Amino acid sequence: MKLLKLVPDNTNIHFLRWRLPFYVVSVLLILASWGLVLTNGLNLGVDFVGGQMIRVTFVGEQAVPVAKMRSEISALGYGDPIIQGYGGSNEAAIRVKLPEGADEKPDLANTMTAKIVATLKAAHPNIRIDGIDSVSGKVSSELFSKGLMALSFAMLAISVYIWIRFEWQFGVGALFALFHDVSLTLGFFAITHMEFDLNIVAAILTIIGYSLNDTIVVYDRIRENLKKYRKMPLPELLDLSVNETLARTVMTSLTLLIALIPLLIFGPASLFGLAAAITLGIFIGTYSSIYMAAPILIWLGVKSDSFVPTETAADKQDRLAREASMP
Amino acid sequence: MLDFPRWKKIWLWGLVLAVAIVSLPTVVSLAGQQWPASLPDPKVNLGLDLAGGSQILLEADPRQITQQKLESMEETVRTEMRKASPAIRIGDVSTAGDKLSFMVENASDVDRARELLMPMINGTGMTREWTLSVVDETRIVLTPTKEGLDTALDQAMDSAKDVIDRRINAIGTLEPTIIRQDVDRIVVQAPGQQNPEALKELIGKTAKLEFKLVDLDALPADVQAGRAPAGSEILPYAEGGQKIAVRRLGGIKGDNLVNAQQGFEQQTNQPVVNITFDQQGADKFARLTTQNVNKPFAIILDGKVLSAPNINEPIRGGTASISGGFTVESANQLAIALRSGALPVDLKVIEQRTVNPELGKDSIERGLIAMGVGTGLVLLFMLVTYGRFGFYANCALVLNVLMILGIMAVMNATLTLPGLAGFVLTIGAAVDANVLINERIREERRRGRRVMQAVETGYKEASRAIYDANITNVIAATLLFLFGQGPVKGFAVVLVIGVITTMFTAVTITRMWAAGWLRRTRPSDIHI
Repeated sequence: MKLLKLVPDNTNIHFLRWRLPFYVVSVLLILASWGLVLTNGLNLGVDFVGGQMIRVTFVGEQAVPVAKMRSEISALGYGDPIIQGYGGSNEAAIRVKLPEGADEKPDLANTMTAKIVATLKAAHPNIRIDGIDSVSGKVSSELFSKGLMALSFAMLAISVYIWIRFEWQFGVGALFALFHDVSLTLGFFAITHMEFDLNIVAAILTIIGYSLNDTIVVYDRIRENLKKYRKMPLPELLDLSVNETLARTVMTSLTLLIALIPLLIFGPASLFGLAAAITLGIFIGTYSSIYMAAPILIWLGVKSDSFVPTETAADKQDRLAREASMP
Repeated sequence: MLDFPRWKKIWLWGLVLAVAIVSLPTVVSLAGQQWPASLPDPKVNLGLDLAGGSQILLEADPRQITQQKLESMEETVRTEMRKASPAIRIGDVSTAGDKLSFMVENASDVDRARELLMPMINGTGMTREWTLSVVDETRIVLTPTKEGLDTALDQAMDSAKDVIDRRINAIGTLEPTIIRQDVDRIVVQAPGQQNPEALKELIGKTAKLEFKLVDLDALPADVQAGRAPAGSEILPYAEGGQKIAVRRLGGIKGDNLVNAQQGFEQQTNQPVVNITFDQQGADKFARLTTQNVNKPFAIILDGKVLSAPNINEPIRGGTASISGGFTVESANQLAIALRSGALPVDLKVIEQRTVNPELGKDSIERGLIAMGVGTGLVLLFMLVTYGRFGFYANCALVLNVLMILGIMAVMNATLTLPGLAGFVLTIGAAVDANVLINERIREERRRGRRVMQAVETGYKEASRAIYDANITNVIAATLLFLFGQGPVKGFAVVLVIGVITTMFTAVTITRMWAAGWLRRTRPSDIHI
């Protein structure tokens, strides 16, 4: 049986030759993402802004009578609801702000839920209430700040770990690559206006973890090569390392994508955002580990003897053996 | 690296087998089959988003604890000063600004008052509960300490949890989970419950019952305007919007009840709640009613007056019935709440999530389909890319999934919808370790290493990157677990367990298989 080889052996692509234009493009993309987040805003779900979300399915229908529902709910006097498609064509999510003073008197929110549900059930006999989320302003602002803290701590903690395991330049490179990944994912959510809820924070944290896997594989090889080829100029050495690990970078991302895409297609509606964010993040992460994390080492001035003091006796034996075995 | 002594093999296989067996009940139940009841069944719990049900997050108001402490201290101070011999006269008692302050009318009594209060401010526990200071020589100021308040809040939350537990158990049909969260919160989860309103009605009610004398001297105009005469407070009626003035102190609290039952009043056949006091409560109630015959007293529930009947004769038997425009259902609910005891502090619903069980079932189904398709594709991909070594990786992957389920079952962890996504992700990531190893073996072979040496180097060199990469994943997932909430925590749990099992199955187990095969056949070339 002939085995599949998606990436040919001994590739020699000069990735680093284009590092400057790619950097310019990436930095522009980061800026554009933040610009979008600030101007267009994120479509924050009830997790983060508070309020109430009711998910409904019209059993046996083809479509959701959006306009009709909107006027029915508006007539109750709780303000205009936001009605979005959610999953199948006959499913929808209705978001309503909690009534004024609901933080002090939770009864007000209860009454509102009961009224909306009763109205919908009366007007649409085949409606099924799938779920109700009601989040007070206090909880939502807590969730928001906790999410933000989780993201920043994760990025910092991982960078510190890389710094300890490698060198400070690598830590900075990893941090920058992560910032790039997170920014672009946020930009994606700003431009598509997909709902941004707790699940998406989880997705971004996952991206942070997995995007770094590729970066680590490349860094690990760079470290190895730095010890092995002391005299090689850095750009050349980085190119060599990226090429040597290219098959790995591609294959590991591919296995993740293969597992995730069915989740995107067949998975439950409430996981769509999460799956979409991680899928996108895998592409961005793979790109960033080649074009963001590696070239920055040149500018930060990694030296070929960066790892010499850390070379142990065993490593040295290994290196000598390898050098001896090299033609 | 490729050495596997017999004891190590037995140990590894034993572990794999044990964990796989533990995962069986979960696998069977996820597939929608019945697990035989006669067998033990450590099972992964399904989160509310998969099983359907309601979750309610309740929060206490810590200020209320302060207020209660101040009030009971005020009672204590008044009693102690009166009981002192000779009695110490005090005045201008105030509980404003979260402290209790009062004037000692005779400045020479200040030291004696301080002596009397000393045992009180130290409390019963290890912490000092109050600080006492004297201002302007005659004013004593008592401030509750932070430690004392924290302890009080902690105790209040503990007993609130017990009260909620008793109330829900009184209905008997639910299997709730009640957990304390942070310092001032309680989460109640009830699987399957479709109508959270009834649940909220039951647990949200404080059920603080009080009997207080009506202040007959208060001017009706003052009462309607909400101006309370000294020593009194204005309370609204539960129904009708009327107000009434009652004496603030000297009443009876409903925490001395031994029983409460819904019943009917004999003459009008209206639903009422019959209550029975314990001995202490009965004595107090007898004293109050004896001293105040022919005066009205208010029956107050959660700060609202249910009724204010006249005391026609002393009530000595320790039983009473409360009427107040109940329906049979609301009388029954109040009886349950009173039997279970009052919540020591008001609880507010600050978050509530409900999922229809039908949607949960649908989510599981779709999640499993996605997982099945994803797994199938990954298995195929690994097989066509790495041949025999891909096959090893695949077997390890199946073991991996079983191990995650088994560990979750033993830990009694909860599988949530995002947790399912975590599984899918783990499946994609688990084989990554094998990709790194196998690619390295390919590389070493290309460089001309012998088969044995190439495999050995492959595992050794790749392990370092695998290790680093997985640590970063654990960092991200741990932070998600610490800061995340609800279902998202379930995602983090699966990721963390998945990383640990992956290190075991994808690295150690496949190495054992590869080593065994190499040893048996000693191939001169491998297809990888």
